[in-house]
Amino acid sequence: MFAFIFKRILYAIPIALAVAAVCFSLVHLAPGDPLTAVIPADAPAEVVAAIKQAYGMDRPLVVQFGAWVQRALQGDLGLSVATGRPVMGDIALALGNTLLLAVAAAVIGFGGGIVLGTLAAFFNGRWIDKLATAIAITGVSVPHYWLGLVLVIVFSVQLDWLPSMGAGADGSGEWRWDWAHLQYLVLPAVTMCFIPMGIVTRTVRATVAEILNAEFVSALRARGLGALAITRHVAKNAAPTVLSVMGLQFGYLLGGSILVETVFSWPGTGFLLNTAIFQRDIPLLQGIILVLAMFFVALNLLVDVVQTLLDPRIKRS
Amino acid sequence: MTNASSTTAAAIAPATVVAPLRSRGYWATVWLRLRRDKVSMGCAGLLLGLMLMALLAPWLAPHDPAQGVMSQRLAPIGTPGHWLGTDELGRDMLSRLMHGGRMSLVMGLLPVFIAFVVGTGLGVVAGFFGGWLNSVIMRTTDVFFAFPAVLLAIAISGALGAGFANAIISLTLVFIPPIARVAESITTSVRNLDFVDAARATGAGAFTLIRVHVLGNVLGPVFIYATSLVSVCMILAAGLSFLGLGVKPPVPEWGLMLNTLRQSIYLQPWVSVLPGLMIFITSLCFNLLSDGLRSAMDIKR
Repeated sequence: MFAFIFKRILYAIPIALAVAAVCFSLVHLAPGDPLTAVIPADAPAEVVAAIKQAYGMDRPLVVQFGAWVQRALQGDLGLSVATGRPVMGDIALALGNTLLLAVAAAVIGFGGGIVLGTLAAFFNGRWIDKLATAIAITGVSVPHYWLGLVLVIVFSVQLDWLPSMGAGADGSGEWRWDWAHLQYLVLPAVTMCFIPMGIVTRTVRATVAEILNAEFVSALRARGLGALAITRHVAKNAAPTVLSVMGLQFGYLLGGSILVETVFSWPGTGFLLNTAIFQRDIPLLQGIILVLAMFFVALNLLVDVVQTLLDPRIKRS
Repeated sequence: MTNASSTTAAAIAPATVVAPLRSRGYWATVWLRLRRDKVSMGCAGLLLGLMLMALLAPWLAPHDPAQGVMSQRLAPIGTPGHWLGTDELGRDMLSRLMHGGRMSLVMGLLPVFIAFVVGTGLGVVAGFFGGWLNSVIMRTTDVFFAFPAVLLAIAISGALGAGFANAIISLTLVFIPPIARVAESITTSVRNLDFVDAARATGAGAFTLIRVHVLGNVLGPVFIYATSLVSVCMILAAGLSFLGLGVKPPVPEWGLMLNTLRQSIYLQPWVSVLPGLMIFITSLCFNLLSDGLRSAMDIKR
C-alpha cells in the first residue's frame, strides 16, 4: 500500500512538469507575437529587441521553459502585459475568492447529493428515488451560466432579495463573514452547486444501492441490526468511491468557475482569466491556468492517496 | 479456411463479451428495447424536430434573423408578428432561435464526432499493440486529464483567439483523451480473449484482427460513452460563445445570443433566457437519450 502511495506521488512529478509545458506552450499557440500588446507597431527594431530581452523572449524555447519553471517554483509567474504588475499577486487574491465560492458550492452540492442519493437508494423505485434521479439529470444537463441568469432574474430583478454581482457592497474586495458579504455568495454558490449535486447524487445512489444488495447487508439485517447501524456499515463501504468523485468534482468547481464568475462578476480566478483573454494578456492567462491545473494535479493525488488509505484493496496499475 | 474461421469467431464475439446471442441479432434487440422506452423515443423525436427546425430554418423562419427593426427593440413574448419577442437590435427571436440551432448543434456534435473517430483510433492502437506505443499514447492523455475540461477548452480557445474553427479545435482536443482512455481499456480486455487468440493462430494479421474482432466489441460501448459527452459539449460550446470565444456576431448562435441579451435582463427578462432554455432542452434530451441507449444496450441485466 505504501509502495503504491510512494509511486503515485513520484508519478505526479512528471505530470506536473508536462502540465507546466502545456501552459508554457499556450504562449506559442497564440497567433502573432505574444508581445504585440505592449510593442507599438512602428517601434524601431532596437526597442523591440530590448523589450524582448526584458521579457526573456530572445532566448531559445527550452531555455525559456527552464527559466520559467524555475521562477514559477519560487512563486514568480512574470509580469502582466496589460498592467505591468506581478501576475502572482493578482492570482493569489483571486484564488482566495474562487476557493471561497468553490467550498460554498461544494458544501451545498455534496451535502444535497449525499442526502438525495442515499434516500434514493434506500427507497428504490419510490417517488423520492424518481425525484432524486430527475434532479440529478437536470443538474448535469443545465447550462449553469444560464441557470445563474435565471436566478438573477428571479431573486435580484423580480424579488430584489439578493445582489446580482460582485463580492461586497463597498467594492474593496475584502471578504468578511457577515450578511453584508455573505449575501453576495448565495446566488453564485447555488448556481455552481447543481453540477456536483447531480453527479454526487448519481454516484451515491448507484454505490449505496449496490452495497444494499450485498450479502453482508442481508446478514446484518438477519442479525437484527437497526437502520442506523446498517447505514453506518453502508457509509463505510461507499466512502472510497464517493470521496474520489467528490474530489474530482471539487477540482472542476475550482477550474470550471469561469462562466459563473463571469455571470456574477465574482472577483475570482475565472473572472481574472476572462479579463486576461480579452486583454490578450498571455502571461496572466498562463499563470492562472498553471496555478489552477497544479491545484487539480495535487487534488487528484490527494484523492488517490486517501482512497488507498481508506480501502487498501484498491490496486491500480 | 482463414476466412471461414474468422467469420465464426466474429459471430461468437458479441456473445462472449457483450450479450447472449439471439436469433434476432444484437443491434436489432437493442433497437427493439429502445423503441419501448417512451422517454428515449420522446427525446429522440424532440431532437429530430430541433434538427429539422435548424436545417430548414431559412425556409421556416418568419423573419430574416439578421434584419432588425430599431423601433421594435426588446418586444415582449406574445407580440403579434414576433411571438417570442425581439432582441436588443429588434430582430425576431423566433427566427434567430431557429437559425441559432444550426451553429449550436454543429458545435455540440462535430467535436464529439471528430473526437470519437480520433480517440477510438488512438485507444484501439494503444490497447491492441501495447508496449511503448501504449505508454506514449496513454501517458499523453494523462497530461490532458490533469486539467479540468472547462479550463482546458477555455485555455486553448483563449490562446487561439475567438472563432468557429478555434472553438471546434479546442473542444475536440478536450474530448479525445477520455474517449481514447475508454477505447484503450476495452481493447486491452478484448485483446487477450480466446477468440482473438484463435483468429491469430489461424494467421489473421493485426489489421484483420482489429477490423473484425476488436472494433466490433469496442465501437458499441465507446459510442455510448461518446453520446453521453454530446450534452457536455453543447453546454461547453455555447459557454465558449457566451464568453465571446466562439462564433462572432452577427451569426445567430444560442450561447452568443444569451451573452448579448444578458444586458437586457432588467428590461425584458423572459426574452433574455430563451436561448439558454434551448441549450438546456437540447442537452437534457441528449442526456436522457444517451441514458436510454445505455440501458437498452445493457442486455445482460
